Amino acid sequence: MAEPLLAVRGLTKRFGGLVATDGVDLDVAEGETLAIIGPNGAGKTTLIGQLSGDLAPDAGTIRFAGEDVTGLPGPTRSRRGLARSFQITSIFPEFTALDNVALSVQAHAGHSFRFWTPARAERALREPARATLEQVGLGDRADVLAGTLAHGEQRQLEVAMALATRPRLLLLDEPVAGMGADESQRMVHLLRALRGRHTIVLVEHDMDVVFALADRISVMVYGRVIASGAPEVIRANAEVRRAYLGEEISA
Amino acid sequence: MLFLMAAGLTLVFGIMNLVNLAHGSLYMVGAYLATAAFNWTGSFVVAVVWALAATLVVGMLVEVIALRTLYERDHLDQVLATFGLILFFNEAVAIVWGRAALFTTVPRALSGHIQLLPGIRYPAYRAVIILVGLAVALLLYVVVTHTRLGMLIRAGASNRTMVAALGVNIRLLYTVVFGFGAALAALGGLMAGPIYAVLPGMGEEILIQVFVVIVIGGIGSIRGALAGAVVVGMVDTLGRAFLKPTLSSVIGPSAADNAGPALASMLIYILMAAVLFFRPQGLFPAVRG
Amino acid sequence: MRSRARALTLVAGLLGLGLVPVVAALANQPFYLDLFRRIMIFAIAAVGLDLILGFGGMVSFGHAAYLGIGAYAVAIPAFYGIESGLVQWTLAMALSGLAALAIGAVSLRTSGVSFIMITLAFAQMLYYLGISINAWGADDGMRLARRSQFGGVVDLTNGYVFYYVVLGVLVALLALGHRLVHARFGVVIRAAKSNEPRMRAIGFSTFRYKLAAFVIAGAVGGLAGALLTNQTEYLTPSYMHWTRSGDIMVMVILGGMGTLYGPVLGAVVFLLLEDILSAWTVHWQVVLGPLLVLVVLYARRGLWSLLPGAIARDG
Repeated sequence: MAEPLLAVRGLTKRFGGLVATDGVDLDVAEGETLAIIGPNGAGKTTLIGQLSGDLAPDAGTIRFAGEDVTGLPGPTRSRRGLARSFQITSIFPEFTALDNVALSVQAHAGHSFRFWTPARAERALREPARATLEQVGLGDRADVLAGTLAHGEQRQLEVAMALATRPRLLLLDEPVAGMGADESQRMVHLLRALRGRHTIVLVEHDMDVVFALADRISVMVYGRVIASGAPEVIRANAEVRRAYLGEEISA
Repeated sequence: MLFLMAAGLTLVFGIMNLVNLAHGSLYMVGAYLATAAFNWTGSFVVAVVWALAATLVVGMLVEVIALRTLYERDHLDQVLATFGLILFFNEAVAIVWGRAALFTTVPRALSGHIQLLPGIRYPAYRAVIILVGLAVALLLYVVVTHTRLGMLIRAGASNRTMVAALGVNIRLLYTVVFGFGAALAALGGLMAGPIYAVLPGMGEEILIQVFVVIVIGGIGSIRGALAGAVVVGMVDTLGRAFLKPTLSSVIGPSAADNAGPALASMLIYILMAAVLFFRPQGLFPAVRG
Repeated sequence: MRSRARALTLVAGLLGLGLVPVVAALANQPFYLDLFRRIMIFAIAAVGLDLILGFGGMVSFGHAAYLGIGAYAVAIPAFYGIESGLVQWTLAMALSGLAALAIGAVSLRTSGVSFIMITLAFAQMLYYLGISINAWGADDGMRLARRSQFGGVVDLTNGYVFYYVVLGVLVALLALGHRLVHARFGVVIRAAKSNEPRMRAIGFSTFRYKLAAFVIAGAVGGLAGALLTNQTEYLTPSYMHWTRSGDIMVMVILGGMGTLYGPVLGAVVFLLLEDILSAWTVHWQVVLGPLLVLVVLYARRGLWSLLPGAIARDG
């Protein structure tokens, strides 16, 4: 088997007395979609933070595309092809949707020590940005101020910004958080279309979304991965059911 | 003494998230009020009580009138607004007392020397300052961690609206805390009066040093303020004492005469830069939330 | 510019500035020449500061230090006989840019309150340095024997010529600034102010860009300092005192942060006000202080934004 695109070994992060991630091991093969689920406080966002480079792990390694990236800072990982979207929408509200995505393009289009040409005039930035907006379904909202977009549209913008960096791996932190049924459906459609072309690691609470998209599921509880495998296997796993006591897993 | 100021400032910042540049002004007001009272009544005790009480009131007034709206604003606004206050206080003080420095003397009771160790004499007054500083540190520690008031303050720092919803009068609380911070500054000021000159702008000179202390020690943490004050104080004193002679032997006395004091005053800033480089959050950063 | 009102105001303002010498000559009041030249010099400093403060969100409280360095870069060579303006002014920008590089490299590792305090502390450090060097006048300052010489091409000792040189620098700065703000670099700086974590997540190493902006602002400050010392033909370390930094910040805020042209307006209003108030009373700062507090509390966005103009698409 080819080396997984993302290989995580023994990832550990402590905050004072709390162990947020406790020796996490993960493998993600190229082109697959891995969903990470678990009750609140299981350490999922901390995991994403360490993968994207926002948090430095206390122990463990992360290998991406055959390279040890554990010590690399976030921007460098992004340039290697590791993109993330945020659980709590994190965009540039004073800029238009198109500007937002164009920024992502700009980050990967050479350096930005250019002082003369207006960035808005650079077609090499605007065209791909527009295309990505179309791809996520925001094509006609390009010139709207990002801060005035509806919540669901902002979540779409989040994904667009990650996509525009032409990533090999997408880390999506609760992409449908706070969305209504219709909006969730649209997001699922979008992510479905990305499957295969991009490798996706998806943190989600919404089980419908998880089962609609995931090739494999890993379950995290108290910072550890307690189970990992195909969706049907996870569904049937007794320990997982116990961990989710009180939560609905549609049988 | 640096500790007193640093503690007050970091208290206000850590708990109320307010950057108060005018803290130095309160220090100055305390010094002026104390000096005026002392020169008038000749009694050190009266001067102390008066300065503390009056500055407390001034502090609370300032809080109520000017600072209330600033809590929600971002730090830049706070910096600018309190900068405006500094201008006001500096000028107001000059109007009342003129621009020349006021001098006051150390009270007789404290003006001797004490024997620290055989052969080492230390000015009693400065020893008292250190003791007062330690006492305040202890007091603060006890209040903040072991009393209801302290608990309220800490709760208010993490979640203002929640505490208010629970029926506690947050505004009053903040006013009190601010007043307390002002009193601390005044304490620093009145003790500094006899040693340094009392003049407009004195607050800012020490304020910068207080900043350095806080940055080195870690913002928002009283322990950090203490550690920072100690470190800065030591580096400064030792630096001034030893730098010139050391330089003398390297580059010759007259050059050292020039460069010595210059470098000495730069020492604490270099120290700060070094700390920042290796540990940007300071030596003992407060853990928030 | 997206708004006719603002464009007109800008043009009118610049024209007005251009006509001041004419008016001053006609009314035989050379004082106005001095005043407005001083205003423009501080406007230059304010615009530089706006780049990092208004556009970049970096609250640098130590900007006066760069003016000081620029000023010394003119006065000290002059003291030793080097009077070429080209050398002095280039030195001014280079040295202040270097200082900004050093200070920024350390300070930018922090943010928020720490950043404010640190930039303030470093600037004050330079001030103390200036005071303690006896050879260069210590706290009495230095006199400038002659204004910077430009080999007969431009004669700065002529007040009118000097005025137009300053105006020229200001206009050039505004033009360059306008391009910069809309180019890739400017976009990065503005976006970093808006949401830095996001910037890093999409792949920008924001530190280097912020540092570059910091250096540019410092160099502009240095140029302003060089101009200032030519203006006053005198120089004291008090140019670097932190209250001067505060003054420049006030000009930026008063005029409008992040608007590029606002700080010019801010400088005009602030210095005119200072001039008028100090004619009333020596203690004019008693009024200025509370006034400043009021402005911060209630007129936060500055004067420039009072002019009607589309805010939206410019970001």
